[in-house]
Amino acid sequence: MSATRRQEIRKNLDWVTLGLYFLLVLIGWTAIYSANFDPDHQAIFDFKADHGKQLIWMGICTFIALVLLNTEGEFFIRFSVISYVSVLVLLILVLIIGKKVGGARSWFGVGSFGIQPSEFAKTTTALMLAWFIAQTGPRFKALSTRIQAALVIGIPAGLILLQPDAGTVLVFAGLVFALYREGLSGNILIVGFGAIILAIVAILSGATTVEYPGFGEQSGIYVMLFVLVILGALIFFGVRSFTLPRYRRKNYRIVALSLAGALAFSFAVNFGIEEILQPHQRERIYVLFGMNENPDADYNIRHAKAAIGSGGWTGKGYLNGPMTRYKFVPEQHTDFIFCTIGEEWGFFGSMFVVALFIALILRVIHLAERQRSQFSRVYGYSVASILFMHLLINVGMVLGIAPVIGIPLPFFSYGGSSLMGFTILLMIMLRLDGERFSVFR
Amino acid sequence: MNLGNRRYIITGIFLLFGVIFIARLFSLQVATDDWRAKAAELTEEKVKIYPSRGLIYDRNGELLVANRAIYDLMATPRKVAPFDTVAFCDLIKMDVEDFEESFNKAKRYSRYKASVIKKQIDPEDFARIAEQLHKYPGFYGQTRTVRNYTRGIGAHVLGDFAEAGPKDIERNSYYMPGDYIGKGGIERTYEEELRGRKGAKYVLVDVRNNVQESFDGGRLDTAAVQGKDLTITLEADLQAYAEKLMQNKLGSVVAIEPKTGEILALVSAPGWDPNLLVGSQRGTNYAQLQGDSLKPLYTRAIQGQYRPGSIFKMVQSLIALQDGKITPATRITCNRGIIGCHGAHSYDDLEGAIMHSCNPYFHQVMKRMVEQGEEDSRFKDAQIGLNAWKEKIHRFGFGTDLNSDIPRILKGNVPGSSYYDNIYGELSWAYSTIYSISIGEGELLINPLQMANLSAIIANRGYYYPPHVIKSVGTDGKPEQFLEPVSTGVDEQHFETVVNAMQKVVDTPGGTARRARIEGIEVCGKTGTVQNDPLPDHSVFIAFAPKDDPQIAVSVYVEWSGFGGTWAAPIASLLIEQYLNDSIANPAKEQRILDAEFLGP
Ligand SMILES: [Zn+2]
Repeated sequence: MSATRRQEIRKNLDWVTLGLYFLLVLIGWTAIYSANFDPDHQAIFDFKADHGKQLIWMGICTFIALVLLNTEGEFFIRFSVISYVSVLVLLILVLIIGKKVGGARSWFGVGSFGIQPSEFAKTTTALMLAWFIAQTGPRFKALSTRIQAALVIGIPAGLILLQPDAGTVLVFAGLVFALYREGLSGNILIVGFGAIILAIVAILSGATTVEYPGFGEQSGIYVMLFVLVILGALIFFGVRSFTLPRYRRKNYRIVALSLAGALAFSFAVNFGIEEILQPHQRERIYVLFGMNENPDADYNIRHAKAAIGSGGWTGKGYLNGPMTRYKFVPEQHTDFIFCTIGEEWGFFGSMFVVALFIALILRVIHLAERQRSQFSRVYGYSVASILFMHLLINVGMVLGIAPVIGIPLPFFSYGGSSLMGFTILLMIMLRLDGERFSVFR
Repeated sequence: MNLGNRRYIITGIFLLFGVIFIARLFSLQVATDDWRAKAAELTEEKVKIYPSRGLIYDRNGELLVANRAIYDLMATPRKVAPFDTVAFCDLIKMDVEDFEESFNKAKRYSRYKASVIKKQIDPEDFARIAEQLHKYPGFYGQTRTVRNYTRGIGAHVLGDFAEAGPKDIERNSYYMPGDYIGKGGIERTYEEELRGRKGAKYVLVDVRNNVQESFDGGRLDTAAVQGKDLTITLEADLQAYAEKLMQNKLGSVVAIEPKTGEILALVSAPGWDPNLLVGSQRGTNYAQLQGDSLKPLYTRAIQGQYRPGSIFKMVQSLIALQDGKITPATRITCNRGIIGCHGAHSYDDLEGAIMHSCNPYFHQVMKRMVEQGEEDSRFKDAQIGLNAWKEKIHRFGFGTDLNSDIPRILKGNVPGSSYYDNIYGELSWAYSTIYSISIGEGELLINPLQMANLSAIIANRGYYYPPHVIKSVGTDGKPEQFLEPVSTGVDEQHFETVVNAMQKVVDTPGGTARRARIEGIEVCGKTGTVQNDPLPDHSVFIAFAPKDDPQIAVSVYVEWSGFGGTWAAPIASLLIEQYLNDSIANPAKEQRILDAEFLGP
């Protein structure tokens, strides 16, 4: 690489993103230190303790970042397919020879450190998706291309579902934002949103019992289905009264299909929860809606909420939160790391961290939009979507507005694979952005 | 459609969730204190510090009630690892079913906080359990303080120290479930002094409920205030001796020091060893006492409602003398047509009438007090006369609780006009209807403490101190209410005849209480025999001694034992002798009492 080119890239490097990255990693580390704090062993460089190990990982990640920022963007493009396929192989291997941790077969053990291929699958899938869409270009409008794009996401997601790791699968589902940006119909967002609402209503009504005249006590789901039919009928008559005759036939079809879909979906959700889910999974969903029968089932989430909620406006002060220090919150240094912020830094601190994340994600979208190459743009949107889904699921969980799904908070949660995965994910984008003026793809 | 605009939709969606999170944070952290309270409930704990309970000494400084350690077996459900229930129950000697019920209850109460699994394990048993306890994580022993009664005497006076019941907790917010409280006797009266005040330490605990550090630097902590020791008026040796004499009998003995009102001994028979109600056997033993047909839990000495019989004639004499209705020289014919009498006499003066317990004499004395001739109607006259009489009787402490510090005294019954109105109707009764109270029979009811107090009044020639058991609270001395003498309203000079008659009852050959004689001590006494025709009579005797410098006043009541002079008098005399001489000159007299058994009609 020539010296001028290196200078140019340094000049064009987005220091804002890099700054946000380091800020989040550093705040994350202080939170891990607090979660593991032991007044008798305060050494920061205690490499047996989690916060010490995380320091090592941070060093490794800084090195990786330097390497990636000095790697030609062309390399990532060429590397997309190979890396994607390699990680697929790893995902298959991990199902066979992986270590089972917490019920999921997702780890390769390497000494005392473990590696989680699914953390890297996010990056490789994003690269592959960008490569594929950039290859097809305008042909992305064709249904067959779209199905192929869905497969690019679906194959690794399917393998991860087998581990099973539902959280990461949901993250993959977030890539739909990138597809939407590239031309996928907006209806998919509407349908997705509608489905979430239908699912919630189906869960709530399915868990209640209603006295039906003549049929005795039955699930409330029938009331919901009945209401849906009435709604469908109302819309049907609305269409007949207010639309022009030539559009009616088409609209009738849409109403009929939507109604059938909604009924089938609601029923499927209800059936799935009652008949397919394991009792402990069902309980997690019930916990979310406060309908759990076992008072111990929502123990994690109650403690998480108590830790955060007790922070007040300004928090109890760093290293001064008893919920954090005395291990009331499970998985405090990994999935529930946000509780530490909530308890010790209060509303202001928590809001600041949420704002930092949103700022980083929006900055990545900003970077994506200024790319001349479609590859870089799709990749940028993928990065933003992945970060967003992690934030949504993780913080949503600790705040008690999403079900308990184990998934790390990017840059914050303790864990080498996770930090390395997100670092690679983000640094590739920074490198691509840095050379945006010198490429015409 | 320009796809570039979709950037704003996506940005909008992302921002929307950011806002939702911040709103949610606001609702959790700022809008409500619920979560702060929840966190406090989880992490902060109030550790109670129990001060040690005050000890109790007798009047000579002998330790009567001490403290000893006992253990509650506790469990913190969250820390309990799977274990062999049968082996564990075998170790702690508990039914598997009882254990499971108890353990499930603990789990329902809290997974983090400890609950009691088995209460009051004696130290010897606990030592055996403690050896094995390391195999059962989550279980541990908590030390509790219970009472140890060094002499095993005075159960009715000392009372009981046991776990506070729901009513105690409801009445007084100081007590929490699991706290102990004084339940009877002086443990109850002096509960606040004995217990002191528990302190509190506020600490932070971890998720395993282990204490980590003091909360807020210990600024909220309060120190425990130690309980005060009590010195009581009982004399342990006399009490023990009285209990021994009352073995196999039903009744009571009360001994009072007249010049102070201090209770030297108070026995209610049958009694029990107070140590029976301490420790693991408490429940079983209590049930046994409750089921006992001889009713040991019923404190006859303060709750017995007895007709006083002849000893009441002295009260009648004294108030009649004070009223001027009679003089010591007043003679009255023993007219046995109205009311029966015993012995050979026909026209006694007051001293003779007391000595012979002449019923017609006192029938006439009371008639003079009740029928004062102030009204033409003999009904109205009796009404006024009886109420005036009742007031005077009250001043002797009858019909009152004597302001004693012994709880749960039953006051007895001194009938007034309203009492007879209820039975016969207003103005439908005259003296001729109610005369049996004149000789201590009929509707008149008093308790043995009041009888002993009567003896103290006569010994003092006219006044008494409220009989009490407290001698000193800590080093503060006696509460003031026990330092003020209470006057009966009868002047000292009127006691001369009564006291002389009482001495003669004991000393003259043929006196009804010859068995109360003690060589070298002038004992004054009066027998009573309460008729239970056709069942055996109750035997009553009150006495004090020595005559001119009374040190002790006694009442003895032995149910179903017959004539007062035969059983009650010698018991009283043995007590007086033991108290004044510290020894018994005539072992045969003592043996006769120890051998006697009166456990029912
Ligand atoms: Zn007579």
